[in-house]
Amino acid sequence: MTATASAPASQAPVRARKRGALGRVGLLGGLTGALLVAMVVAAGRGQLDVPPTEVLGSVFHRLGLDLGPLPHHPQGENTLWRVRFPRVATAALAGAALATAGALMQGVFGNPLAEPGVVGVSSGAAVGAASVIVFGWTFAGTWSAAAAAFVAGLVTTLLVYALSRDGGRTETVTLVLTGIALNAMTSAGLAFLMFLGDQQAREEIVFWTLGSLNGSRWEQVAVIAPLTGVGLVAALALSRQLDLLALGDRAARHVGVDVERLRLTTIVVVALLTAAAVSFCGIIAFVGLVVPHLIRLVSGPGHRLLVPASALGGAVLLVLADLWARTAIEYADLPIGMLTSLVGGPFFFWLLRRARRTAGGWA
Amino acid sequence: MISLTASGVSLELGGARILSGVDLAVSGGEVVALVGPNGAGKSTLLGVLSGDLEPDGGAVLLDGRPIAARPARELARERAVLLQRQGLAFGFRVEEVVRMGRAAWHRTPAADQDDRLVEESMERAEVAPLALRLFPTLSGGEQARVSFARVLAQAAPVLLLDEPTAALDIRHQEAVLAVARSTAALGAAVVVVLHDLSLAAAYADRVCLLSAGTVAADGPPGQVLTSELLTRVYDHPVRVVDVDGSLVVVPVRNRVEGATWAPS
Repeated sequence: MTATASAPASQAPVRARKRGALGRVGLLGGLTGALLVAMVVAAGRGQLDVPPTEVLGSVFHRLGLDLGPLPHHPQGENTLWRVRFPRVATAALAGAALATAGALMQGVFGNPLAEPGVVGVSSGAAVGAASVIVFGWTFAGTWSAAAAAFVAGLVTTLLVYALSRDGGRTETVTLVLTGIALNAMTSAGLAFLMFLGDQQAREEIVFWTLGSLNGSRWEQVAVIAPLTGVGLVAALALSRQLDLLALGDRAARHVGVDVERLRLTTIVVVALLTAAAVSFCGIIAFVGLVVPHLIRLVSGPGHRLLVPASALGGAVLLVLADLWARTAIEYADLPIGMLTSLVGGPFFFWLLRRARRTAGGWA
Repeated sequence: MISLTASGVSLELGGARILSGVDLAVSGGEVVALVGPNGAGKSTLLGVLSGDLEPDGGAVLLDGRPIAARPARELARERAVLLQRQGLAFGFRVEEVVRMGRAAWHRTPAADQDDRLVEESMERAEVAPLALRLFPTLSGGEQARVSFARVLAQAAPVLLLDEPTAALDIRHQEAVLAVARSTAALGAAVVVVLHDLSLAAAYADRVCLLSAGTVAADGPPGQVLTSELLTRVYDHPVRVVDVDGSLVVVPVRNRVEGATWAPS
């Protein structure tokens, strides 16, 4: 290497890092702004329209600031605080949790196609919730279905992990295949529960598996928020090490990663995040798959930016998707899971083709 | 001075005995070449030395302490490993990949050296001009050199290199081994698996010749790389010639008179 050739090249990384820091602030700032706008707009829209200025005014007045107009409609204040805000908050939290879970999962598998559904959280959770509906369990009052979904999702995930572990290692292929086998079994379980259940239970199960944010309450937000918060903090703490996992298990170990412990921790965090979102909202597919994928196209694969950006992106996406679900057809609340899959499927196909053509970012 | 010692290492994988009673010691300042025919156990021995594989018998001591059950992060500060095959799951940039070598030093005083070592390692491995390229878009040889830069950035006193020259052209083969040599001169212990015996002769202080899971010979290149020994171990006639003071190992090629396939 000659001195003349290396001088400009050695400054390039420094320039790239400065540009990276700017891009980081820009991306996270932009997504935060988008989330705030989406939440204000979504809270105002519906059968009873409240203009954004009145939504903001209502929030400011609750915070003790005498700013902006209050909703002029007599039911406006009530609608916002009893129905809309908890629903928008649930959407944002569920979106953030699902997208973060997706980003973590892809990091653990070292494959941008992996998603929480692969390891059985969604289907496991579905069996849990369906059991409660069919057998009429009430161990936790009206929260039973949600609690069972959470526990079952976590158990399924840990089961997949335990089954696919061999000699202290987890081969990605084995893990994915075990996930497929368990998904098949949970599908069968779900089918059996629907067969056992009466007409009403069947309808409830179907509705739940389609995914919906209808009927979100503050009590639910109070459960989802801390779970998502804990999950997000843990995800950020893991992000530096997840980058190293891209080198492969052996090389990651060589640069100092306790690969087994990292995998296990990440899988528990993934199960926590996914189950927290799914247990109250049903199965909302594709958020955990496409949001991190899209963010990666902009931010690059580094998890320290990917994880928080995915959380924000997922929140924005689900708030907007839910807005669409409840306003697309008047007086009807479409299942949000159906909508996300309907739009997400083709979009993902397009992403696949694109990613394959541009060699970067593809395993 | 750093040292890495394997004593009486035996290992069975899938019912086949890969290594039996292998002794090998490397200390700081030395380059030891591991050579031998396919399936002799070179990569397996390197795996045992790096702590990836736990031997059925015998022990590996790194710096006088057993390598088994030591935390990955602590090990990473003492030994760096270059694997035969490099892969990367996502499209990280070359500079980011090299920086991954510094992970074990995160939140230690040595982390101050990160920028300098990353830059220096990229220059030593001649990948500085590729700094902003995406790793998966590089050629096999370029990827191997970037991984080598990552290993150098780790700044560990023990380097274990599994066929670092396999994907490289002549110029970069020489360059990589010259860097390994100079790292050893600064006090590192280097173990390198090589197929090219002439390269081993040129750059190694010692050559360890493996044959069917045992050490057939271990000593200076001049003693180990002899025509009789190599011919026996490789099961093919091999000549060792001295060209201007450096040993060159060449297989004996039977010139078939009147070859049947020769164009007429």
